[in-house]
Amino acid sequence: MSSVPDELRYTKDHEWLQVAADGTALVGITDYAQQSLGDIVYVELPKVGAKFAAGATFGVVESVKAASDLYMPVEAEVLEANSTLESMPELVNQVPYGGGWMLKIRLTNPASAGNLLDAAAYKLLI
Amino acid sequence: MTQPSARTPLYDWHGRHGARFVPFGGWEMPVQYTGILEEHRATRTAAGLFDVSHMGEAVVSGPQATDFLDHVCTNRLADLAVGRARYTLLCAPDGGVVDDIIVYRTGPQSYLLCLNAGNTPGDIAWLSGHAKRFDCAFRDASADYAQLALQGPRAVEIATRLAPSTVCLADVPRFSFVEILLSGAPMLASRTGYTGEDGFEFYLRPDQAATFADALLEAGADLGLKPCGLGARDSLRLEAGLPLYGHEISREISPIQAGLGWAVKLDKPGGFIGRDALAAEVAAGPASRVVFFVLDDRRVARADMVVSSAGQPVGKILSGTVSPMLNQPIGSALVKRAALEAKAALTVEVRGAAIPLRLAKPPLHKPA
Repeated sequence: MSSVPDELRYTKDHEWLQVAADGTALVGITDYAQQSLGDIVYVELPKVGAKFAAGATFGVVESVKAASDLYMPVEAEVLEANSTLESMPELVNQVPYGGGWMLKIRLTNPASAGNLLDAAAYKLLI
Repeated sequence: MTQPSARTPLYDWHGRHGARFVPFGGWEMPVQYTGILEEHRATRTAAGLFDVSHMGEAVVSGPQATDFLDHVCTNRLADLAVGRARYTLLCAPDGGVVDDIIVYRTGPQSYLLCLNAGNTPGDIAWLSGHAKRFDCAFRDASADYAQLALQGPRAVEIATRLAPSTVCLADVPRFSFVEILLSGAPMLASRTGYTGEDGFEFYLRPDQAATFADALLEAGADLGLKPCGLGARDSLRLEAGLPLYGHEISREISPIQAGLGWAVKLDKPGGFIGRDALAAEVAAGPASRVVFFVLDDRRVARADMVVSSAGQPVGKILSGTVSPMLNQPIGSALVKRAALEAKAALTVEVRGAAIPLRLAKPPLHKPA
């Protein structure tokens, strides 16, 4: 059983996107993803200003047992990386939709979030 | 078609305690309950309880039981006293490792062997074939035993709470074992383990294992005892510098390369399978050696990543994880002896970056 908040958008690779009215968004990984990964020990995030195509690898999340790639849900530029994760990577496990957020991004095309899965569709996937 | 994974007698018990399962060596085993980091730290600071019933067991008995075991084992068994256990390897003629096992001398002419789970079918075939040439009986006894490991600084205290007052478990020396009733269940309790901590491994009847596990959890509740899965078992043994078959030892990595020459008695009268090949390797010096390391970085080195020196590949990672005690990546690597003797600076390539490998002598969580 994992939490899937209704107001977020999702990818098949278990990232979530929370879009704000100003065309920015927060990105993280889902509760399902953090449960599958187990204890997270390190999150490798890109620098401010980095640009990624939709589906491109933007970073890595290391758990005790394995490393997993992180994929950008929509074409975007990085505005901020969550620096708290450097000292507290476990926030991703504890609060994957809250303090465990990974990036703040600016969407190249704000409407592109509509291409992602909604909560109902993501629940069918997991 | 693949076989469905086997289940230990504690499968339902694991589910009741919140385990997440993973297939391992043909078995459906708990990889974690509350989390690898927490379970690992509990074992180092209090105690951890591990279901290791997936391990295999074999029984050898008869007038030539000792001769048979001395023939297939690298270590010496003839001088193993009744009530004592010994670590040894089973090698192939070329010195490659068939398995690493523990041998318990249960009587003047009888032994219990503990085998790695994934190697059990191969070991049984290997051993029963060789046993035919000796006056002894060899039997796969895996179905007769469940096995639990209780490890950590409070482990002996917890087990003592379930022991009869006539037995002092604290007095059982390391690598000795006793036949004992704990919580009313008869079992073999051996002062051995795979974590680098004090504790016991219990061999008992499969139908009594779940009840005994509950009794241990209850007895250890106020001391911080936690159920622990295979994830923590692996990080604990790696911190302690203990080999895992298929990683630090294998058909390709001999005991000499792995630094286990102390368990290889080249001068045993009558020799043993693999003796000549291992003697030649000792004389020439092994081409590569297993070493342990710590990384002063956040990125984790994983198995098969390349180890280099001055831009040239000189080895590979065998095992890698994060040490929950150091909060740093640790692991083992197989490195060419020439690079080690030159004391060359070694690096491991992780996602395109060359991270310095700081060689360290286990236990890795206790700086020298």
